[in-house]
Amino acid sequence: MDKIFRVSSSPHVLDRDNVSKIMLYVVLALLPSLIGGTYFFGWQALWVTVLTVLSCVATEAIVQKMMNRPVTITDWSAVVTGILLAFNMPSNVPFYLPIVGGVFAIAIAKQAFGGLGFNPVNPALAARAFLLASWPLDMTVFKVIPRGGTLSGIDVITTATPLNVMKQSLDILKNQSNFAVDKVSQAQSAILQLKGAYGHLFWGNVGGCLGETSAFLILLGASFLLYKRIIDWRIPFSYLLTVAVLAWMFGGPSGLFSGDWIFHLLAGGVMLGAFFMATDMVTSPLTPSGRIYFGVGAGILTVIIRLWGGYPEGTSYSILLMNLTVPLLNRYTRPRILGERRKK
Amino acid sequence: MLGLKKRTFHGGAHPPEGKEYTEKKAIERMPAPEQVVIPLQQHIGAPAEPLVKAGDLVKVGDRLSEPKGFVSVPVHASISGKVVKVTEMPHPLGKKVLSVIIQNDGEDTLSDTIQPNENYMDLSPDDMKKKIQMAGIAGMGGATFPTHVKLSPPAEKPIDTLIINGAECEPYLTADHRTMLEFPEEILAGVKIIQKILGVKNTYIAIENNKPDAIKKMREVTRNDSTIEVAALKVKYPQGAEKQLIKAITNREVPTGGLPMDVGCLVQNVGTTRAIYEALAKGKPLYERVTTVTGPGINEPKNLIIRIGTLFKDVIEYCGGYKEDVSKLIMGGPMMGLAQYTDEVPVIKGTSGILLLTQKFVQVADPMPCIGCNRCVDTCPMHLVPTTLAEFADFKRYEEAENWGIMNCIECGTCTFVCPAKRHLLQSIRFGKYEINLQKRKAS
Repeated sequence: MDKIFRVSSSPHVLDRDNVSKIMLYVVLALLPSLIGGTYFFGWQALWVTVLTVLSCVATEAIVQKMMNRPVTITDWSAVVTGILLAFNMPSNVPFYLPIVGGVFAIAIAKQAFGGLGFNPVNPALAARAFLLASWPLDMTVFKVIPRGGTLSGIDVITTATPLNVMKQSLDILKNQSNFAVDKVSQAQSAILQLKGAYGHLFWGNVGGCLGETSAFLILLGASFLLYKRIIDWRIPFSYLLTVAVLAWMFGGPSGLFSGDWIFHLLAGGVMLGAFFMATDMVTSPLTPSGRIYFGVGAGILTVIIRLWGGYPEGTSYSILLMNLTVPLLNRYTRPRILGERRKK
Repeated sequence: MLGLKKRTFHGGAHPPEGKEYTEKKAIERMPAPEQVVIPLQQHIGAPAEPLVKAGDLVKVGDRLSEPKGFVSVPVHASISGKVVKVTEMPHPLGKKVLSVIIQNDGEDTLSDTIQPNENYMDLSPDDMKKKIQMAGIAGMGGATFPTHVKLSPPAEKPIDTLIINGAECEPYLTADHRTMLEFPEEILAGVKIIQKILGVKNTYIAIENNKPDAIKKMREVTRNDSTIEVAALKVKYPQGAEKQLIKAITNREVPTGGLPMDVGCLVQNVGTTRAIYEALAKGKPLYERVTTVTGPGINEPKNLIIRIGTLFKDVIEYCGGYKEDVSKLIMGGPMMGLAQYTDEVPVIKGTSGILLLTQKFVQVADPMPCIGCNRCVDTCPMHLVPTTLAEFADFKRYEEAENWGIMNCIECGTCTFVCPAKRHLLQSIRFGKYEINLQKRKAS
């Protein structure tokens, strides 16, 4: 016959999903939070995001050109890194921080290890850690008052996030004898105020990094990814559950089981971290039980840092540290093969 | 179909079904071709010795070979005429195989050995098995393991559950579906024979939920038989794979490295079950089978009864020929079928389908690095970690691959189908399994 047939190993049909599509879906899922950030903190928030994205994409292209590798900026992964990095910054950072952060994320944390699929830690989080260590003030001072009201002024006075207020107030309450009476009563009222601020925390009109403040918008994007089965429920669920339980047990001013766990779930970056950073495919475990351990580990570290560490927020460091355990988790959590009988 | 229990297994995927090409088309009989090429090896096991030589005259159903040993079955002439040659010819499983080429005399005279037997149920189980072997029956779902061997479990492994596999989870194929619709009584009669051979009562006929008409039909004919339950299964690939089917129906797990009989189960394909009936009741050896000829690359998709040994090109011509942009010729379905480099290979006992894919349906993508999306892990029906296994195989780390269970892979292709990075996971895993087997053979 004159026909020439293509010959290959089965299967002969492939799913339509591909890496670019997955990354694009993640970008779509991040858009609500970006719009929210822009609404709460003004155009500055959008500018920071545009700068990080441009910096990431340009760095990826330049580095790959320099290394004589195919340029893969069309896979959208650098865009995802850029957006996540911006989401971890205050909206009022000087313009060079987004640029330097983008270069670090892609050149050092990603391409130096071989590019997409080979980076041991989440590039956006690595860059955030780098920026936080190098420009600590720029990264932690929140000057912009979010649109739609604040927490009755407490976060304006201290220019701090609710987590900051919580931490300081708890410190005062735990060592009451060392502080003046008015300080103590101020701390008490601050904690009460935070209890009444769930609405602010849920909708997002509180101080914080530009993409992390609105739990609602993060959940909106995350539910899209869960529906599309791009992220697995195991990591965010085990992560948030661990944070909630531990915060409830140890996070209160009056002993065990007095912590405000709802506050700890809604405040800071834990929502963003749980749904968008801990679930980063490359840097999370392959196995189902490994993903649970990963989430639990990140939850434990987050609470330890929040309650007893030097920083008010521990999400990014906890995920970074857990990223490093992924090869180990993969190795020791091989699923039980169908029909396998394990030695007890 | 309300009230159906949706039984299934953990994992799996949903490749496009493609059954619409042929599911509504009644089985047609393709006229015998001018010439057939009948490979002596169409089953897994020892090859059979030829009994004929060039110049011999044969009739339809005449035995052409002598099985060598227990795990072996003979082949039979599928047309009447003259043996042209006994020589090595291309085989759809890849290598060249000693084959008998017969020129058709156009008479279609039946062999005297084909004698109907009304009292076939009075035969002893051993006689039944002998007849099944001499009728050349091997698993027609595609694996082609000699059926009489499967029906002879050792005494210490009693069978308590018989599963008739009509799941047909492989996309595009509808041969089993049509067989159930058009020959349900013959399948039932085949079930009764197997039940007698094994001394088993408890029987399930397993059918995926996308074939409600077949479920209905089989329920109708088995209505008065309390030993048989028609089990509706969730539509999911690879639902019809032996271990997954057993898990779905009985919730038993075939131990790793073991066989279904280790958990008291035996699985037979519906086509094989019907062939068993035909062999015993009609005295008819396995010289023709129902095959689905389908896909976007063929002009007239059909379900056909084809004589074993008919060349693919004759079948394709009978179905209106190729479409312009045909790109792949596959024996079997798109998930587990074998791509052919030529259409001058014969239909064999395991040819459940001939699939033609066009350019548009054949994705050729450069693999990207693994991004760790977990999809292969979450869908692997054996609960393996395909991406890690493929990596071990690629780097020749065979010992680790074995520790991670590479030999348990059933090669269903689900991992490769779902991979968004388009990695050739199964290809690497297959290679690893092959190398490990080779090393083991060398060592022993």
